[in-house]
Amino acid sequence: MTRAELLLLLLLAIPFAASAAAALLKPHARNVAAALAIGAMASGLALTASLSGEITAAEPVRFTADWAPSLGLEFTLRASGFSWVFLMLICGVGLLVSVYARYYMSPADPVPRFYSLLLAFAGSMIGLVLSGNVILLVVFWEMTSLLSFLLIGYWHGGAAAREGARTALIVTSGGGFCLLMGLLLLARIAGSHDLDVILGQGQAIRESELYVPAVALILLGAFTKSAQFPFHFWLPQAMAAPTPVSAYLHSATMVKAGVFLLVTLWPVLSGTEVWFWTVTVAGLTTLVLGAFLAIFQNDLKGVLAYSTISHLGLITFLLGLDSPLACVAAIFHIVNHAVFKASLVMAAGAIDHEVGTRDIRKLGRLVRFMPVTTVLATVAAAAMAGVPLLNGFLSKEMFFEETLAARRGLPIDLLPTVVAVIASAFSVVYSLRFVGGVFFGNEPADLPKTPREPPVWMVAPIGLLALACLLVGVLPTLTVGPGLRRAAQSVLGERTPEYTLALWHGLTPALAMSMTAMTAGIVIYLVFRRRLLNSGGLQLGLLSGKVLFEHGLHFIAETAPDWIERRFPGGKLQPQLVFVLAAGLVAAAVAVRGPALRLEPDALSTVDPAFAGLWVIGAACAIGAATAAKFQRLAALILVGGAGLISCISFVWLSAPDLATTQLLVEVVTTILILLGLRWLPPRVRMPEVFSLPTRLRRIRDGALAAAAGAGMAVFSYAVMTHPVDGSISQFFLERAYAEGGGRNVVNVILVDFRAFDTFGEITVLAIVALTVFALLRRFRPSLESVEPPSQRRGQQAAEAMNREGARAHAFMEYLRVPGLIIQLMVPVILLFALHLFLRGHDLPGGGFSAGLTASVALILLYMAGGVRWVEARVTVLPVRWIASGLILALATGAGSFVFGYPFLTSYFTYADFGALGRTPLPTALLFDLGVFAVVVGATTLILVSLAHQSLRRPRARKPAAADGGAA
Amino acid sequence: MEIVLAAAIGVLTTSGVWLVLRPRTFQVIVGLTLLSYAVTLCIFATGGLRIGAEPVLREKAGELVNYADPLPQALVLTAIVISFATTALLLVVILAARGLTGVDHVDGKDRD
Repeated sequence: MTRAELLLLLLLAIPFAASAAAALLKPHARNVAAALAIGAMASGLALTASLSGEITAAEPVRFTADWAPSLGLEFTLRASGFSWVFLMLICGVGLLVSVYARYYMSPADPVPRFYSLLLAFAGSMIGLVLSGNVILLVVFWEMTSLLSFLLIGYWHGGAAAREGARTALIVTSGGGFCLLMGLLLLARIAGSHDLDVILGQGQAIRESELYVPAVALILLGAFTKSAQFPFHFWLPQAMAAPTPVSAYLHSATMVKAGVFLLVTLWPVLSGTEVWFWTVTVAGLTTLVLGAFLAIFQNDLKGVLAYSTISHLGLITFLLGLDSPLACVAAIFHIVNHAVFKASLVMAAGAIDHEVGTRDIRKLGRLVRFMPVTTVLATVAAAAMAGVPLLNGFLSKEMFFEETLAARRGLPIDLLPTVVAVIASAFSVVYSLRFVGGVFFGNEPADLPKTPREPPVWMVAPIGLLALACLLVGVLPTLTVGPGLRRAAQSVLGERTPEYTLALWHGLTPALAMSMTAMTAGIVIYLVFRRRLLNSGGLQLGLLSGKVLFEHGLHFIAETAPDWIERRFPGGKLQPQLVFVLAAGLVAAAVAVRGPALRLEPDALSTVDPAFAGLWVIGAACAIGAATAAKFQRLAALILVGGAGLISCISFVWLSAPDLATTQLLVEVVTTILILLGLRWLPPRVRMPEVFSLPTRLRRIRDGALAAAAGAGMAVFSYAVMTHPVDGSISQFFLERAYAEGGGRNVVNVILVDFRAFDTFGEITVLAIVALTVFALLRRFRPSLESVEPPSQRRGQQAAEAMNREGARAHAFMEYLRVPGLIIQLMVPVILLFALHLFLRGHDLPGGGFSAGLTASVALILLYMAGGVRWVEARVTVLPVRWIASGLILALATGAGSFVFGYPFLTSYFTYADFGALGRTPLPTALLFDLGVFAVVVGATTLILVSLAHQSLRRPRARKPAAADGGAA
Repeated sequence: MEIVLAAAIGVLTTSGVWLVLRPRTFQVIVGLTLLSYAVTLCIFATGGLRIGAEPVLREKAGELVNYADPLPQALVLTAIVISFATTALLLVVILAARGLTGVDHVDGKDRD
């Protein structure tokens, strides 16, 4: 690994490591967390600085490792001159924000969580700008969306924070999804996911027929992230975040990700009519709209949010022009905006922190209380307005020149220039309003706190950034010059234009535009100052993006589902099931019509009369269960069991002993389960039934549906059975079960070896079901009529009341005495049998499932014979532990193969010699099967025991214990 | 033989579907159990029916065509366990609904 590669990896790893460390801190350890963040950001800055020597203008530094080689995906990091500029911004502003946040955040907040999220966000942002693979880029892109959601919603107690976070997440992650599709299209055209390959294919990409959809989708991603009209509305709402978050995300990083992507892809995507019109129109609209709306904001952060939108529009507009110089101006403005905006947001936060409000209408003349902050914020605001001697002026000049140069011989050629001047005038107005309304002007009326200068470590970051504004503005070539040139060259390559960064270019048209805008802005401010101060903000009504978004969300989440629910019978199971069944029948009929369904003659031509007789009984059981289920529940249960038994016998008959074993055991357990549940259902006594006409029609419809479904299944399974199977993959399993899986019972080898991952999923499902059952029953309270003791027990109790001693001797003491004794004696035998089933599973019918079921049956028999209290006084059953240890064992067995460099769940076996007992293969799959066994034991026991415990609930719910002398 | 099993699957499905469409929760759970029998038998049948085929490999493997198809069996084994889990879950949901609503109608309220 070269030094540069190591630097790249460290840059990416350090923030995430620090984030994980901060997440583990105690909630009040804010100094440690701040130190972690400051250390991580500072080392990131140092790494970026030392990376500078490795980057040349032409070639990016790259690091490549395998990610998913089978998909042709590589984990590629690349640092070009342009990403280096972004790294400086991310780490530099990140460092200042971390310092600032230490003093801004209240000790009452869980500050380590804040720093942990902030660091993870910084890491994702670094990953985003370093991604050399478009898929990786989207991954980091979505991570920034997610983490910004968490950061905006950090004070989740407030509705504004939650709504702002939600809006930001929906808009930006929706855009992220579009971006993924767009980049996949791009990668498809270029034939590679590698960003450098894609950047080399500009010609091919612009000429491809997929160009337009790809550009549309990528622009959706970039515009949502960079808050371009009409997706701008999430940004002002996101100002509900803690101010350090706003300073970081909404000036220097998050929203800049969109324009970062546009700049990076500029060489391949720009230059077409589609690009020009979409990007410039969106940019120009956003520029003027943002600036206009910023004037009317009364919240300081609101002013800054709309100003950010406007400045991002400016950058986007520049990127829409087919001019390399405009691209340079865009990169320059990205840097300048980040610097002055971060400083201003932090200043707004400092004011909020010291005064207790951000409302411009309430603030005023703060210069008396906080002179230092006043100076710094004024400098930064002047940069925002584009005042000479500051950095904002330089890039704005370049912007004005580009609007003049962008002539296409159309009648609307002058429009960009005019709009640019108007928007600049607006930016002067809102900057003046920010400074004039807060630091000068009227005496403040009843402020929540007495203002004073903020702590020095809150002022220092603002000051450093303001100083940077000034230095860049006065000495551009000495400060940002080299970095900017290298960034421009890394993006534009040979197309890099000649340009000079200088404060004074002579009396140019751009200077005239600047001066016009400045004068117009000052005049507008002076004329409308009072009226703005008294206005209640601009009410846009339905035109506001926020309102439209809320309406849309309300429509999707409430109106549409309500409508559907009213149209279709929601809340009623039967019509829904009828609909599903009918739809399924129609779909099946369409799928198998015509030649698709061939009926061949029977392969086993002779019908064994015994088998037919068996199924006559089976069918009778099934139909009997169907008719008895309403009034004779116990009979129905027995009949269902009968049908199940006939299925078991069929499995044995048709050479499937494994299935028969498992089915039989499941049958037993299910029956016990339903028997335990029967008790809690309301009594239903047979009455002479008179069906009304609608009921009769409904029954006819249901009968027809049932008959159609049955006939369909019969025909379908007949066709499948008689259809010859060729080329089945079963051969594969038969050939390799012994040679590679070390087992003779192929079914079991498939379950625990070849398809062990499926089985792992299955036992997980079983575990989840058991826990759900447990959780549901924990709060279960039986309904009142089930609470009465059953009539048998009432009889016993009456007898006991008459003759206490005798009744005891005859009733409760003798309750299930003989079966109980037999069961107690049989339990070890059953457990031994379970062990036997388990051990022979690999070679003979059996295995973890059937062994687990058998073992739990043993336990349940004990419960039945002895009662809950009796058993639990003697045996400690910890079903949840069984489940957990089983899952862990299965997982550990599977993960064990990683140690030897094989994929998950690769099994290994060796032969063990037991002397006289013979040689037997000992596969690791046996351990996996042991895990399956434990999960099945735990899950089944947990389900049954939770149900059994309901009988204990009853007395406890009404009167204290001791009444239930019954079974115990 | 196939015709018998096909008819059996048909009858099980008919009874199951009929019960699933009934209004009482107990009927639904019985119906679901019957349906799961039908489905396991149907999946099992996809491999073709074999009588007297070897289910387990012998020492001398011999002709592989003499063995029963293990794949549908493995699938069905999974299906049996999962249907057990769904039945258990449904039963408990039914009990909880009964506890909350006081009735055993699938919609939680008696219509008449």
